[in-house]
Amino acid sequence: MKHPLLKVALIGNPNTGKTSLFNQLTGLNQQVGNYPGITVERKVGICNLSENQKATILDLPGTYSLNANSIDENLVIELLLNKNDTDFPDVVVVVTDVENLKRNLLLFTQIKDLELPAILVINMADQMKIKGISLDILALETVLKTKIALISSRKSTGIAELKNLILDYQSLSTEPCLNSSEIDAPYFKELRRIYPNESLYKLWLVICQNVNFGTVSKAVIIDNSFAKSEPDLKRLQHKETVKRYQFINDLLKETKKIDVSKASGFQATLDRLLTHKVWGYAIFFGILFLIFQSVFAWSSIPMDFIDELFASLSNLASEHLPAGKLTDLIAQGIIPGIGGVVIFIPQIAFLFLSISLLEESGYMSRVVFLMDKGMRRYGLSGKSVVPLISGTACAIPAIMATRNIENWKERLITILVTPFTTCSARIPVYTILISLVIPDERFLGFFNLQGLTLMILYALGFLMAIVSAMILNYYLKFKTKNFFVVEMPQYKFPYYKNVGLNVIEKTKAFVFGAGKIIVSLSIVLWFLASYGPTDSFSNAKEIIQTSPENSLLSTDELDDKIASFKLENSYIGIIGKAIEPAITPLGYDWKIGIGIVASFAAREVFVGTMATIYSVGSHDDEENTIKQRMRAEVHPETGEPIYNFASGISLLLFYAFAMQCMSTLAIVKKETNTWKWPMIQLFVMSGFAYIVALIAYQLLK
Amino acid sequence: MQKTVDQLKKGEKGVILSFDIDKIPLKLIEMGCMEGHLVELIQIAPFGDPIYLDMNGTHLAIRKEMAREIVVEIF
Repeated sequence: MKHPLLKVALIGNPNTGKTSLFNQLTGLNQQVGNYPGITVERKVGICNLSENQKATILDLPGTYSLNANSIDENLVIELLLNKNDTDFPDVVVVVTDVENLKRNLLLFTQIKDLELPAILVINMADQMKIKGISLDILALETVLKTKIALISSRKSTGIAELKNLILDYQSLSTEPCLNSSEIDAPYFKELRRIYPNESLYKLWLVICQNVNFGTVSKAVIIDNSFAKSEPDLKRLQHKETVKRYQFINDLLKETKKIDVSKASGFQATLDRLLTHKVWGYAIFFGILFLIFQSVFAWSSIPMDFIDELFASLSNLASEHLPAGKLTDLIAQGIIPGIGGVVIFIPQIAFLFLSISLLEESGYMSRVVFLMDKGMRRYGLSGKSVVPLISGTACAIPAIMATRNIENWKERLITILVTPFTTCSARIPVYTILISLVIPDERFLGFFNLQGLTLMILYALGFLMAIVSAMILNYYLKFKTKNFFVVEMPQYKFPYYKNVGLNVIEKTKAFVFGAGKIIVSLSIVLWFLASYGPTDSFSNAKEIIQTSPENSLLSTDELDDKIASFKLENSYIGIIGKAIEPAITPLGYDWKIGIGIVASFAAREVFVGTMATIYSVGSHDDEENTIKQRMRAEVHPETGEPIYNFASGISLLLFYAFAMQCMSTLAIVKKETNTWKWPMIQLFVMSGFAYIVALIAYQLLK
Repeated sequence: MQKTVDQLKKGEKGVILSFDIDKIPLKLIEMGCMEGHLVELIQIAPFGDPIYLDMNGTHLAIRKEMAREIVVEIF
């Protein structure tokens, strides 16, 4: 007989191996999405507990306690307080690390106070022998009023025992393990009198922070005569924390023994090296160099392969589908458009791989430590390094990664400048433009000119981020508390499963997200390019054929003329012509203008857009790549190539600086809670891009 | 001898005596900044700030500005 799904929530401090356990329990059977309305990542998976019992495992964001400091942590509390939430768990699994048990148990005692069935997982049990740690599990279980699973999520030991404990969750005690209301007995007595049916600890959580549950809201409680002031509440929270620590310290004194002679100095040695005033920076910049090397040199092999694959796919489509505009759209619009995204999967995967290795190993925290003082000069925080580096993959996760910056001003500046870093969506645009306008030659016999240009564009992105941070730091006047606390976790060898799943998940989300936009935009653009509002469009053939100046042309030339005349009089041609005056000083024609406008949805759309426009505009049966079509494009009056050095550089600079990504604007709106900042980004960045592109073209032409 | 945490030398240890509760975030308290807990300064960042501490077994980094609010007894 099958039983209904059990709902299990995983909760724990950051760096306790919670994600490794999640991956062990669910394998590839997991889904990553967002919680409705907010951008906190929601990870759920299915786990087979026994033959006829399955469970959904929900991986909650890492949190140090039930006192929320960020929206990620807020979510954990709201979920655990709300019995009506669809995610409300039947059983909570609290994950702790054997070496940080003292701190990790703080959260556990809070969860117990919520009177939920809770299992305590002590992870990294394989380290106990090495580190000389011994635990009295029975005594711990008795005092903490729970069941304990000793596991190693990396070595996958103890998982079966944990599954059995989850199956048997109904036998778990839901009693709190300490009486936290002792910290202010009269106050809690009063609360009890007013809300006789609510859990005291839940009430207390509602009072201390901005969470609501059921009928009890903060406002209602604050209205009461015995309400406390903000500083008094914090004092009480301090008292509560002290009380919990006392309880835990007393407990661990009895139950946890450490043989200090076994402690290894390896971690300390590594720390001395990696935070050294010379070696620390040398190693950091070495690693950065390695990352970019891998992204640009090593990924070129799979990229060439993908390029050829999609070219032959296009051929296949146009050979086997009935000839016509729709086939053109598929063969020359959609397939190359998708190819334009798929081709940079290797680069994105390498980027996500590097970032995920840096975070998993514990090294990222050392970088934060090394860079903090320097970054503060520009109004940033050491913690801004993480978003700035991940921004080279995609600005969206990067902006979400700013959440752990406690200082609002530092966080805001980081959010505002991150889109300047060269995200992977710019790569296909850069790649195609560079190959068109920069000669494939070596400079000083050593540097490849095309590679060098790409590196300069990356450097420009970082430079602009720093310069604009300096300017913002000067103009933004906020009084903010200067909080900066960063945990320095132990160095760990990255766990292949965590890294692998993370890379797959992120890359998938990126490609499908971009793919959807590209396909739908290609269809819209194709439609706009294939129809026109006026008689000139429908009568194109007669107009061109009857025009006396065309009487001497051959059939082929005549067809060419008709096609381009039609395109100019199509909806897209009319739109393009309308914006042309604004972009002519930058060296672009109206077709590039359409590409730029479409790019405001997402930059990588540029390549697909160009493919659609040029394939509709030509009647040629020969198979040309987008690059060849772009190279062949000439100015109708001067006869010069449209993509020449001056216009190419101008276009590259425009893409380097302009804010062209709706998803980023949306995420900035969500994170800053106002349209003000994304609008400033949109207009200031794009305005600046316009001016720089204008100057570049006028100087170079 | 009493000192504030920002004055500790590398490798120096102390027991937390008191701190200004209005200037220390709850997060730091939860991570182990509490009267009676042991603090050791492990490393100072290259330009003198922030500092890397072992606080009651938790390894963490804070800025000197915050460290100034925590008083310790050296032994």
